[in-house]
Amino acid sequence: MHIELQQIHKRFGKVEALKGIDLKVSGGTIHGLVGENGAGKSTLMKILTGYLSSSGGRILLDGEAVKYGTPAEAAGLGIGMLYQEPQDFPPLSVLENFMVGRDSHPDGNRARQRKRLQGLAEKARFELDPDTPVEKLTIGERQQLELLRLLGRNARVLILDEPTTGISERQKERLFQALYQMRDQGRTILLISHKLDEVSSLCDRVTILRQGRVVGEEEAPFHISRLLELMFDQSHQEPVPRPDSRPGRAILDFDRVVARGERNGLHQCSVTLRQGEVVGLAGLSGSGQGLFLRLAAALQRPLEGEVHSLGHSHRGRKHSAFRRAGGTFLPADRLEEGLIPGFTIQDHFALARGLPAHKARETAVEAIDRFNIHGQPESPVDALSGGNQQRLQLSLIPEDARLILLEEPTRGLDVSSGEWIWHHLLERYGTTGAIVFSSAELEEILAVATRVLVFFDGRVVRDLGSDQLDYQHIASAMTGN
Amino acid sequence: MKRIRQHLTDILLILGLVLLFTSLLLWMVKAPPLEAFQNLLAGSFGSWSRFTRVLNVWIPLTLCSFGLLYAFRTGLWNIGVEGQMVLGAVGATWALRMGMESGSPLLYLGLALVSGAVLGALWALFAGWLKIRGGVHEIFAGLGLNFVAMGLVLWLIFGPWKRAGIASMSGTQPFPIELWFPSLPGWRVSPFAIALTVAVILFSFWVLNRSRFGLNLEAVGRNPRAAPLYGLSPRQYMLAAIAISGALAGLAGMLQVSGIYHRLIPAISSGYGYLGLLVVMLANFRLLPVPFIALFFAALNVGSIQLPMMMQLDSSLSGVIQGASVMSALLVFGLRRLRAGRAE
Repeated sequence: MHIELQQIHKRFGKVEALKGIDLKVSGGTIHGLVGENGAGKSTLMKILTGYLSSSGGRILLDGEAVKYGTPAEAAGLGIGMLYQEPQDFPPLSVLENFMVGRDSHPDGNRARQRKRLQGLAEKARFELDPDTPVEKLTIGERQQLELLRLLGRNARVLILDEPTTGISERQKERLFQALYQMRDQGRTILLISHKLDEVSSLCDRVTILRQGRVVGEEEAPFHISRLLELMFDQSHQEPVPRPDSRPGRAILDFDRVVARGERNGLHQCSVTLRQGEVVGLAGLSGSGQGLFLRLAAALQRPLEGEVHSLGHSHRGRKHSAFRRAGGTFLPADRLEEGLIPGFTIQDHFALARGLPAHKARETAVEAIDRFNIHGQPESPVDALSGGNQQRLQLSLIPEDARLILLEEPTRGLDVSSGEWIWHHLLERYGTTGAIVFSSAELEEILAVATRVLVFFDGRVVRDLGSDQLDYQHIASAMTGN
Repeated sequence: MKRIRQHLTDILLILGLVLLFTSLLLWMVKAPPLEAFQNLLAGSFGSWSRFTRVLNVWIPLTLCSFGLLYAFRTGLWNIGVEGQMVLGAVGATWALRMGMESGSPLLYLGLALVSGAVLGALWALFAGWLKIRGGVHEIFAGLGLNFVAMGLVLWLIFGPWKRAGIASMSGTQPFPIELWFPSLPGWRVSPFAIALTVAVILFSFWVLNRSRFGLNLEAVGRNPRAAPLYGLSPRQYMLAAIAISGALAGLAGMLQVSGIYHRLIPAISSGYGYLGLLVVMLANFRLLPVPFIALFFAALNVGSIQLPMMMQLDSSLSGVIQGASVMSALLVFGLRRLRAGRAE
């Protein structure tokens, strides 16, 4: 299906999020949409999928102007979206998820639907057991199921939002193969992604958005430096120089730790991390990295073994004591687990530092300036963009913290936000403390870590020093080789 | 300025909806709406003595409602206020019965105040404990404990605390006048009880809107998962909030026993716990409107008493108006949220 957007405008109150977007996407192509956070990609896609109505402009499908205001109507026209977070029913089985909904195939016969599902899965080369409850699947498998659901109801336009976040290398390859297949069947695919290498290998064309406008359109083959130049105003910053201090005192110690959680728990983990180290936790999502960080932060207790941090045993120790000793933990889900939705920036300082209102306001004003947070002391945190939320979380870390635990610190952020964050962290804590972070992006780990722990199935399978860091080696260890 | 205008439109909208709905209902049963409203108004504000009766309802209702605000701040639905009020009444009765033969009534009144609040708090903590340790949702725990509390009162009235000779629904042996909640001569409502309620209101304003403790309560309510990262234990704050909630309900129960009925009766809570939930919802969980809405509801309760005599209408009209107000309020707030959501 051929999509054409003409002069799409969208305003939220005084803010003009989209300032007249023109976009043409031909059927049978994969079209990339890139841009910094806040460039308007998500807003544009929400308009295309019917979640938002535009303030002005026209949408043409195969040359015909269409009007719709709900996702259901958009689905009726053959527009389907694959969300970053799977939109499914975890307690139901794969088959039930495939069948559920008024927009799916009208045939309610389970045996026939099972055949349809298996047929579609086989064509896409996905391995899904129809009877497994969806809650037992990995994110990548759930995504495969969603894709099959979209195919099952004959979606002709597929919009994918950061589809490779949190899935394995193998699943990524399968996904790409499936996308090529769908493109060759004449479907139209729109891809939103921050990962320019993926965009440039997958897409036939790429449109670059900046501050609600189209600033460029490129055709394959792409030059990543050219894309970056269009995406960002300022020239691309160079990666951060690593602190080259020698590791000092032990700051975090795991002694034969066994714990339950995530997909496979954590098994017999023994490791000592020292001051001056920047430790990257590599691994497919859910391999034990999150659990490791929560154990280190005294947010979770081990079943066996012992954790020591900052000179104290974690036995009977609470997270608040861990914080007082100079530890800090930033979770990946900023609004779910890290910040308090509805609270303002100022409230967060009052809460985290124990300050009265006027002092909290002063501190907030200072932090907003120093950390370049786009907001006011009285802005509710849920109104901030992801990058600003993350900078707020960083500004809440006490100056004298010595053990910084970060879960996916740059997830969902654009390149320049991510670089800013690493600059700040390394400068502030790189030599005086230890930084431990997990990341789904191996590139990020290789760019900043001085030491890498590779997780696989709840075990630390490699412990690599700075002279042993090799992309291929880590990637194969992550998949169990 | 814009927010004030918004609140005013909200209030007018809600009142308009309520009037429309109630008038329609009255018109359907062929009663003149205007006369009914006039009677309600006259019945509650028509004379000083009627107004004192309104205040006597306002006191426990306000106490329960403010108690609920604490629980709501941590995200808990303390449906158990009703039972906590009953337990407060039981605690007060226990203390006052001990004081019947003593020479220092004020001591026992003080004890009744404390034991009422403590028993209410313990009953609430029980519901909180069931939630935190047993995984029982606080609504079910609270509702269940309400029935248990009711059973307990009936058992006490017909068992250990029955009147000499006769046990009846009219309650326990009335207390001598020295053990009544102190008042001033000629006052039908105790100025001390009013002062206590006003103190609770002011204190709650400070705690919930100004203090660190209040900020922490709200943080726990808005995101219990993030709270530990700020050194807060959601369990402790939830328990603290529900205990305060129960203590205030218990206080209301104590005032019912010592100030209004001067004995323990089966219907000692008068349903003010549930009514308090409506008050808080109508206030959209904010503090400032609560005392005024409680006054409005109290006036409806008292004003409707004479409807059966004057117009052969059942006094449950007040309940209809109260229910309609909450429904209209939820509708107006809901619509506003929807519109705000769509604007995003």
